[in-house]
Amino acid sequence: MDVELILKVYPYFLKAALVTVELSVLTTVLGLICGALGATARFSRFAIVRFLGAAYVSLFRGTPALIQLFLLYFGGPQIGIQLDAFSAGVIGLGLNIGAYMTETMRGAIISVDEGQGEAARTLGLSRAQSFRKVVLPQAMRLMIRPLGVNINAQIKGTALVSAISVVELTYTAQRYIGSTYKPFEMFFLAGILYLVIITITGKGVAYLDRRARLQ
Amino acid sequence: MGLDFSVIPPFYGTLALGVLWTIAITATSAVLSFFGGILLAVVALYGPLVVRLPFRFVSWLFMGTPLLLQLFLIYFGLAQIGVDLPAFVAGVIGLGFHYAVYNSELIQTAMVAVDKGQMEAARTLGLSRRQALMRVVVPQAVRDVLPPIGNNMIALLKDSALVSVIGVSELTLSAQLAIGRTYRPFEFYAAAAVLYYVINLGMEAVLRGFEKRNRLSR
Repeated sequence: MDVELILKVYPYFLKAALVTVELSVLTTVLGLICGALGATARFSRFAIVRFLGAAYVSLFRGTPALIQLFLLYFGGPQIGIQLDAFSAGVIGLGLNIGAYMTETMRGAIISVDEGQGEAARTLGLSRAQSFRKVVLPQAMRLMIRPLGVNINAQIKGTALVSAISVVELTYTAQRYIGSTYKPFEMFFLAGILYLVIITITGKGVAYLDRRARLQ
Repeated sequence: MGLDFSVIPPFYGTLALGVLWTIAITATSAVLSFFGGILLAVVALYGPLVVRLPFRFVSWLFMGTPLLLQLFLIYFGLAQIGVDLPAFVAGVIGLGFHYAVYNSELIQTAMVAVDKGQMEAARTLGLSRRQALMRVVVPQAVRDVLPPIGNNMIALLKDSALVSVIGVSELTLSAQLAIGRTYRPFEFYAAAAVLYYVINLGMEAVLRGFEKRNRLSR
């Protein structure tokens, strides 16, 4: 292991790790929004909206995220969508993970006992009220851990934007592998930084999960 | 520049070849990840400590870092130490090993959950520890986690697109080749997306068939 080389290049990796964190945060926020909208659509009263929600999930989960990213970034300009690589990365990955989060949220809502919603309706709450005040708070507690799994996958998924040349961790590692011919050292450096990001996020999710369960 | 899907037909052959390579790499990696997962699970649970600990560490490393990074490591790293692998083989090893780690986690959980009496009974009947493990415990554990392993295989299909970056001419790279000649990214990535979607549907149907047969044989 070439320690000297590692010490020389690690500041660039740290900078790149910040970009990865930034991508992860923005993508997670967008993914949660898409997930919430998608899940709402899947429970809609209108068949057409339910269909749109199901189509969103099916299309985005049925094709590779890399292809979605390429389609948006390289194909977008042909249909009038011109985005810089970073924005295309956030939007592409956000839409992708949003489809998975839709299913996670839907699963959590379904697993809340049906009697809860029924009881709320019997007590005179409207459909919307019983969902918002009774079903949703219970579902939220159930979805924290599986959403954490989605977020974990999505942090690693940010590596894909290296293919549209966003200078994040994987792109940086790849560039230094090319210029130094030291793949193990570069993998080691980038790998540690990914593990740090993922471990901290995992601990955060576990903390939220514990707190939600105490209530 | 509007859309013009008539640019696609001249490249039917290129895309068809890409589909075949995607199916080939997915199938090969899936088989590797299945048996690799069983091996990793057995070693992680029953191996000697000196083997178990490094295995756990490597598993943790592979679960916490992006597959794309691992592919670069395998492709360029092995070349570095003198093992010059064809891109296809490097891709299969990368995908296969990555998903073997995930499958192993599932199988381990299931193995722990197999009733202790099964092992004891098998031992009493005169099977060696290894026989009892491979013929009694592992088959039951694997059967229990076939649906989530199937989900991993579906994820593997989609991740097979990543090996385009190390130069395996599967579907994604085939689309890129056509784009290089026509400058029509939208049409060809859309075509690739449709083809992936169809392969995905086919694979889901096959897996559901397996699961149904598996349930019937209980």
